[in-house]
Amino acid sequence: MTFSILAEPFFIRALLAGLGLAVITGPIGCFVVWRRMAYFGETLAHAGLMGVGLGLLFNFNVAIGAMASSLLVALLLIGLKRQNQVATDTLLGILSHTALAIGVIVIGLVTGAVTGHLDILFGDVLTVSRVDVITIWIGTAGVFSILAYLWRDLIAISVHEDLARAEGVNVPWVELVFLVTMAAVTAFAMKIVGLLLITALTVIPAAAARRLAASPEGMAIWSAVIAAFAVAAGLVMSALFGTIAGPSIVLAASFVFVLTLLKAQRN
Amino acid sequence: MLKINQALIEAQGISLKRNGRQILLNVNISVHAREIVTVIGPNGAGKSTLIKVILGLLPISAGQVIRSPSLRIGYVPQRFQVSPTVPLSVRRLLTLTHRVAEIELTKTLKETGILHLLEARVADLSGGELQRALLARALLRQPHLLVLDEPVQAVDFDGEIKLYELISNIRKSRGVGILMVSHDLHMVMAESDRVICLNTHICCEGSPVAVQKSPEFAKLFGPKAAGMIAGYMHHHDHDHESHASSHFDGFTPHHGRKHAP
Repeated sequence: MTFSILAEPFFIRALLAGLGLAVITGPIGCFVVWRRMAYFGETLAHAGLMGVGLGLLFNFNVAIGAMASSLLVALLLIGLKRQNQVATDTLLGILSHTALAIGVIVIGLVTGAVTGHLDILFGDVLTVSRVDVITIWIGTAGVFSILAYLWRDLIAISVHEDLARAEGVNVPWVELVFLVTMAAVTAFAMKIVGLLLITALTVIPAAAARRLAASPEGMAIWSAVIAAFAVAAGLVMSALFGTIAGPSIVLAASFVFVLTLLKAQRN
Repeated sequence: MLKINQALIEAQGISLKRNGRQILLNVNISVHAREIVTVIGPNGAGKSTLIKVILGLLPISAGQVIRSPSLRIGYVPQRFQVSPTVPLSVRRLLTLTHRVAEIELTKTLKETGILHLLEARVADLSGGELQRALLARALLRQPHLLVLDEPVQAVDFDGEIKLYELISNIRKSRGVGILMVSHDLHMVMAESDRVICLNTHICCEGSPVAVQKSPEFAKLFGPKAAGMIAGYMHHHDHDHESHASSHFDGFTPHHGRKHAP
């Protein structure tokens, strides 16, 4: 075990990519927690796997495939939410796992073995390229600007949707744009923590931040800081002990969450 | 007397169907300035749906909602629906969708009796305090019509009377029309000008005193219910004796299909 690995270019690239993602999953995670959308996020991630499968099948960029299919499922969910035949969580369960099944089957058919694609499920941040890093930071800047622009409306909707609508917030529009950003984040996060752990990286830091913050902005900042810490700690753990990076990042985030539980009890 | 003036809002023949189920059937309701109208009905009677229709949040299958020109509505949602997971100060809650001058903020919180809670966390408020904060929030929009959804739900008896006094004062000082919804019978405010019993359609309506004597009311809520509302009103009338007589303007039973005698 040697610390010199932490100065290797591949490690620095992984760290930069992970931090770029943390900056954005922090605030996004807050909305996921506020609006109780954890299962929804999970569904978008599973839908992303279907996009990866289709991307491999038809030979286009898998990240774009993941984003497009996440978005498609998100829109489908908005449309289906209006009906009352099937409860929303049941609907999420159906769509989520149908998409997961399609993804696994297609990837298996195209590549011969799904086991060779664990990186899609759990991330492979230690192999990110320079271009990946730049792409992630451009994406982060884009998503960040959108969130900043919609911030007030998003918070109003999170506090009380009907109240926001009654007071003139264009809820369907804000919701749609937010879903686009969630789908984008799904695509960015895929390479870093993997599709199965994206929800963890959004929800856990935000849940930990809830106990530390007194304002929505404070919670978003704390959430981003905790996510960034989890990325750094998880990568160090991965480099030093040879653990898989994605799950190590998530574990670090969970560790911080448990610490905040102790803090809250002392108050 | 008020009937001569134009209503702030008038819903005519509102019907709404969802998934083949009739939620509202031919509901007529109007609220004038300085008038308190209370809608009561059991759970699932369509009260929340009616509020959403009045607020313009839901499309209706039939009927129309007429608003007086440039009507501003202050909506006070049920406090249990305010998400407890968003960390907010009272100041922030009050300025969520529009900015307010500090003087206006102070004045309104003084009016609702929670000026000392301006910087408090919403999560730390008691039920009555949060209700007052939501009321202040609605008042900051300088509304002509206040729509209150279950304003005294799970507030203790003493707090309930104080909230009703506050609402009554707001009507007097601001001259607003107030539309209130409640599923608990003993929460009907004695000062309501009109009580409307809703169960998909309007079963009966009239003054609080008149409505409780209505056979339709007993049918909807059971024979013991009339006693409950009477007990509460008796208590309240000690403070506001002058109001009791003015409310005897009779009631009108509405015979819907389901409740036809």
